[in-house]
Amino acid sequence: MAAIDKYEPGTSHFLLGNEAIARGALERGVNFVTGYPGTPSSEIVPALAQCAQKGKLHAEWSTNELAAVEGAAAAATAGLLSLSAMKNAGLSLALDFITHLSYTGLGPKGGACLMVVCDDPHGHSSGDETDSRWLARFATAPMVEPMTGQQAVELVKYAFDISQKHSAFVFYRGYTRLSHASNPITMGELPQDAPQASSDNSVSLNPYLSIDKHQDLLAKMEAIRAEFEQCPFNIYQGPDQPELVVVASGAGHLAAAEALETLGLEDRVGLLSLATIWPLPIDFVMEHLKNTSQVLVLEEVEPFMEAVVKETLVDNGQGEVAVFGKNSGHIPMAGEMTPDRAMSALARIFGLEAPARDQAYEQIIRQEVEPLVISRGLSWCAGCPHRASFWALGKAIKADGRDAYVTGEIGCSTLDVFPEGKEQIKLLHSMGSGTGTATGLGQLKPFGYEQPVVAVCGDSSFFHSSIPRLINAVYNQADMLQIILDNSATAMTGFQPHPGTGNTAENAPAPALDVAQVCNSIGCEVTIADPFDVRGTTKVMRELMGKQGVQVLILRRTCELVRMKAEKSHPYRITIDQEKCKGTECAVCSRDFRCPALYLDPVTGKTAFKEQICSGCGVCVEICPFKAISKQENN
Amino acid sequence: MPLTPDPYNLIISGIGGQGNILLSRLVGRLMFRAGYQVSIGETFGAAQRGGGVFSGVRISSKRLYGPIVPQGAGSMIISLEPLEALRMISQYGNPGVKALVNSEGIHPVAVLSQKASYPGDEAMSEAINKASEKAWLFNATRIALELNAPIAVNIVMLGGLVATGSLPLDEKEVADEVKASVPPHLAELNLTAYRRGLEAVAGA
Repeated sequence: MAAIDKYEPGTSHFLLGNEAIARGALERGVNFVTGYPGTPSSEIVPALAQCAQKGKLHAEWSTNELAAVEGAAAAATAGLLSLSAMKNAGLSLALDFITHLSYTGLGPKGGACLMVVCDDPHGHSSGDETDSRWLARFATAPMVEPMTGQQAVELVKYAFDISQKHSAFVFYRGYTRLSHASNPITMGELPQDAPQASSDNSVSLNPYLSIDKHQDLLAKMEAIRAEFEQCPFNIYQGPDQPELVVVASGAGHLAAAEALETLGLEDRVGLLSLATIWPLPIDFVMEHLKNTSQVLVLEEVEPFMEAVVKETLVDNGQGEVAVFGKNSGHIPMAGEMTPDRAMSALARIFGLEAPARDQAYEQIIRQEVEPLVISRGLSWCAGCPHRASFWALGKAIKADGRDAYVTGEIGCSTLDVFPEGKEQIKLLHSMGSGTGTATGLGQLKPFGYEQPVVAVCGDSSFFHSSIPRLINAVYNQADMLQIILDNSATAMTGFQPHPGTGNTAENAPAPALDVAQVCNSIGCEVTIADPFDVRGTTKVMRELMGKQGVQVLILRRTCELVRMKAEKSHPYRITIDQEKCKGTECAVCSRDFRCPALYLDPVTGKTAFKEQICSGCGVCVEICPFKAISKQENN
Repeated sequence: MPLTPDPYNLIISGIGGQGNILLSRLVGRLMFRAGYQVSIGETFGAAQRGGGVFSGVRISSKRLYGPIVPQGAGSMIISLEPLEALRMISQYGNPGVKALVNSEGIHPVAVLSQKASYPGDEAMSEAINKASEKAWLFNATRIALELNAPIAVNIVMLGGLVATGSLPLDEKEVADEVKASVPPHLAELNLTAYRRGLEAVAGA
């Protein structure tokens, strides 16, 4: 894919929603971009980093989302246009700073700041589907949300205008079906000049005297609401006297339009689509709801708009209008907005038949197709160091015999808890949380807790947020083993660099922080092992589980996908001795180790392997109990 | 040129890493250039770790549709793997759906761990045929391996799609787009993959 600054104004190109957001920021002249990877937001920072130019545009992967928003906000106080991109979970981490930033604003230098937060309704790639729109209300900050890819470009510019005019950061909400949808986008002009940055010492930006600042903030929000009343991206389509008005935002807009078309309701139902989510443009909304007795709200996950629309109707003396949506049971509370959900809700309200599959065909699907469809769970890639690490951990825990308890966090190591993982981790929450929860458990000895405690984290998570927790563990003298799976990448989200990799988002060299040194300086004892040395790793794990205090074990082995990209060849060729292989009687390599390249051949009953999947890591050689697998160096 | 049906909902499925995203974008670009409105919906992220992945390519001469294909509203299913074809048919199939399927199976890890068994080739082929108006099954992986380029399965499938005549795609324009979409040193290889796919389905 070409860098997004290479496209000529006036031409149209397919852009991913996240690239459209990035292009909009580029067209508006963004200067300072920060973020931390998290699906579905991860493509925004790289798209801008590709266009970086000294003195004009800086783009970085920050250590975590809190550092990211602080950097971006500061650049705006120095008069630049800044943007920070993160997923919903990242915003939760950044919230402490953001709630204060609302009170101070961005200062008098004329800068602007967008906090782009991409939600993941349906949790396609997330541990939750939390709805960040509530956080705009919570933080008393304006929020906008685009409905299409092209609008994503234009709305970025609009949001920057609002931010600059009101010296307020603006939340820009993306969502999976925008961020990861591709559409043809028509390109606009790119500006040539960048402002010069400087700080103004005549004002102090702090939230104190907070009651006064809160009052000022509320007045600012009212001014922004008045502006949102005129926002050209809030649109009404439909009859003057609608039988019902659909209020839609984000993915709800296109889903509603399709449902109305399919059900033939376009002349009877109005569609009020809102791009300004908070504060709600009350007058604009009431203008279009005053001539109807029924409203259906189509939005993803939480009934956020639904609640605000109800408040607005009651406040304006129209509490008798029937509001359908999530609370009425017309739209499920959990999960993303789909055309099917919109159709089913409208069909129910209007007493129509929603389109359904032919009965005879449905029979074929149920009887002939579905019985064959087995699940395809996620698992580690062939050659992934994590498979070997968790294999060793399982062996070490078994040998230790004290029912050790493993805590984990977010990243490729998370795949352990999926059905095709090794199912060692039993307590798993947010980024870096394995260390924090292990610290709690590691102090329970006085309560009779006898089990060894093992925390697992990745290298990017270590820098992101494990470090302060590890300091807490040392300070409070927990007994725990911290395993750091150092694969030299933020692998799960697409191999972005981090403070340990020695390069930046702009692919420039950077100091590579050493995980072992950081741990040493905190006061942890550090051991380093190679997970591909399965026996050695198992032995050292077992030893460390028997020790007091905070033990750190770094398992160092580059992510196989990163290695393959760089080296383009496999280290070993694998052969399986069909005489020695016990096949179905054993099946340790396929059934238990679960390398995707190894399988039991149903004809021979012995292990076979798929050469096109095998990465030649050679770990299977070590785990075979009958020495049936051997490896030769691949030259 | 009118499309039947309109919107035309193309589902492109496979396993993470098989190149279904590139394939969906190639088809999307070609149809956009031919004057249609196109939306591509993808889910990726965790899905690339051995899981099934699919894109919905929604093509219309009327207007822009959202990226999510309604249930049972698939016009054509292109699958780089037969089990994934069945998964897509069970969700998006209807009596008029067409299916273009690479017959080479890839076992889910659940099969390796003996929690499930992978359906037989004949059973899959029979089910795909029964649940579609027309189906083209061929071993695109074998063709790609013959070219010593297992990664080119998606381009073999693109050739197959053109040969089905299901979309107004011009043989030469597609070839030009393939050439423009890959690094120059891989152009000839991909064009061969494309032609081999075309021939395989045209001759079926």
